[in-house]
Amino acid sequence: MNGWEQVLALLSSPLMQRALVAAVLVGAAAPVVGTFLVQRRMALMGDGVGHVALTGVALGWLVGSWAAVSPADSLAVPGAVVAAVVGSVVIELVRERGRTSGDLALAIMFYGGIAGGVLLIKLAGGTNANLMSYLFGSISTVSTGDLWWTAALAVLVLVVGVGLRWALFAVSHDEEFARASGLPVRALSMVVAVLAALTVTISMRVVGLLLVSALMIVPVAVAQIVSRSFGRTMLLASAIGVGVSVVGLVITYWNDVPPGATIVVLAIGLYATAAVAHPIVARRRAAGRDPHPDVLDDVLVAASDPACAPEPSPGPGTTGR
Amino acid sequence: MNAIEADGVQVTLGGQPIVRGVDLTVPTRQVLALLGANGSGKSTLVRALLGVVPHVAGSIRLLGAPLGPDVPWQRVGYVPQRMAAAGGVPTTALEVVVSGMLHGRRLRPPRDRRARALAALDALGVADLQDRRVQELSGGQQQRVLIARALVREPALLVLDEPTSGIDLPTQGTFVDALSRLRDAGTTVVVVLHEIGPFAPLIDRSVVLRHGRVVHDGPPPPARGEHGDVDHDHTHPHADPEPPTDGPDLTLEVTP
Repeated sequence: MNGWEQVLALLSSPLMQRALVAAVLVGAAAPVVGTFLVQRRMALMGDGVGHVALTGVALGWLVGSWAAVSPADSLAVPGAVVAAVVGSVVIELVRERGRTSGDLALAIMFYGGIAGGVLLIKLAGGTNANLMSYLFGSISTVSTGDLWWTAALAVLVLVVGVGLRWALFAVSHDEEFARASGLPVRALSMVVAVLAALTVTISMRVVGLLLVSALMIVPVAVAQIVSRSFGRTMLLASAIGVGVSVVGLVITYWNDVPPGATIVVLAIGLYATAAVAHPIVARRRAAGRDPHPDVLDDVLVAASDPACAPEPSPGPGTTGR
Repeated sequence: MNAIEADGVQVTLGGQPIVRGVDLTVPTRQVLALLGANGSGKSTLVRALLGVVPHVAGSIRLLGAPLGPDVPWQRVGYVPQRMAAAGGVPTTALEVVVSGMLHGRRLRPPRDRRARALAALDALGVADLQDRRVQELSGGQQQRVLIARALVREPALLVLDEPTSGIDLPTQGTFVDALSRLRDAGTTVVVVLHEIGPFAPLIDRSVVLRHGRVVHDGPPPPARGEHGDVDHDHTHPHADPEPPTDGPDLTLEVTP
C-alpha cells in the first residue's frame, strides 16, 4: 500500500472520521476559552474543573447502573457537564471574593474531585480501563452519540466565545473599568466559567480530564510569543489547537501511542521551538531601532556617550538633551 | 441636572470605614478637583461613585439615574490610576481603546470601531502606538491610552483618578490641554489629584477629603507654608543650572 492509499484508508475508516471531526472541533474551541483564562490569570482553572468533572463522570455511571441503562456509561458525559459547571461556578465565586482561604478550599475541592471520582467509578462497577479512558482520553472509542454531544457543545463554545469576545476581553483585561462602564461583570465572568466547564467535558474524550487544561492553555502560550494583539493570539491559538490535534491523531493511527499525550507533547514541542526561535528572529528584526521614546527629561547629565546625544556635541560639558 | 448626586455615601473595605458619610453634588459642566493626602479615601470615593466598589450606605445618582443598569453608561468615562496588570496575553493599544466603546447596553463594539479608536488615540498624540503591545509601553504612554479609552465614547461625565502621578511634565501639559478642550465642550470633569499643580487654571471647585470626610468644599484651598507661594510648583521644573563638565571637578589648593 503506498502513502496515498494509506491516507485514503485512514479517511474512510468511520472510527477515524468521527475522531477527526471531534479533534478539529475540540482543537478549535479549547484555545478560544483558554485565551480568556490566561488573560484572567486563571490558566490552571481548567485543570481544577477537570478534576471535579471526574466525580461527575462517576456519579453519571452510578446513576446509570442504578437505573440499569445500557451502556452503563451513557450518563457519564451529562454527569461531567453538571459537575464541571458547578465546579467552575464555585471557582469563579471564590476568585471574586479574593480570599486567601479560598485557595485552600479550591485545593480540597480538586483532590476531592479526583478521589471521589476514582472511588465512585469502582462502586459503579467500572474497571481500571474505564477510569484510564476518562483520565487520559479515548478518542478511538468516540461513538456517534458522543460525537453529536461534542459537536453541539463545541459549536456553542465557539459561537459564544467568539461572538462575545470583546465583552469577555473587556472583563478579562480590566475588571474595574468594566464595572465603571456598567458592563454585567458578574454575568460575563460566569459565561467564561461555564465556557471553561463545557470545554473540559468535550475535551475529555480527546485528551482526557488530566490533560484538558493543556489543550486550552499551551496553544495560547505558543501564540502569545509571536502575536502582538489579543485577536491574533486567539485566532492563532485556535489554529494551533486544530493542527496539533489532527497531527497527533494521525500519528496514533499508524503508531500505537496514546492520542491525548501525543497531542499535548506536540503542543509543548511547538512551544519550546517558538520560545527558542522567536528571540533570534525578533532580535534580527529589531536591530538598529531605538526602543526608547524620544521624550524630553529634566535631568542634567554630561554627554559622556556620544551615541546618546542627538546633535554632535561641540565639546566637553554639554548637556545630554 | 446634576452629573453626580451622592448623599451620605459610606464605603467599608476589609472591615475598615474608608469613606464616612460623604455628600457630594456636582452640577453639569463643572470641573471639580478631589484633593487629599494618600489614604484619605479620595480614590475609594470615586470608585464607589462609579460602582467599582460597593457602598454600604447612602445613595448615588449619576447623570440623573440611580447607580445601576439605568445609568447612561455610554456617557460616563473613567480613567483609572494605572493600566490593569492583566495576564500575559498580548493586547494592542487599539484593542484597549476599542474596549472603551462597550458599556452596559452594548456588548459588541460598533462597526466603525477602528476609525473611532484611532481618532481617540490621535487626540492624545499616540496614534503611532496603535499596534504596539500595551505591556511594552512606558507609564506615560499607557496613561494616554487609558485616557483615550475613556474619551472614545465621548463622555458627558469624565472621572480621572490621579492622571498625572508619575507622569513627566510635557505629558502633564498634554493632559491639561485635553481637559480644557473637554471643559469647553461642556463635559463635567471630576479629577482626583494629589496636588493641583498644572491643573490650577481649569479647576472650578475643589473638595478636600481627610480621614474619609469632606473637610473643605469651595475654591481651591491655599496650601501650607511655602507650598502656597504663587509660583511654587511641586514638580520643580528648574531653569538649567551650570552644566557639569567632563573635566576635573576637584581642585587641590594649599592655603597657608
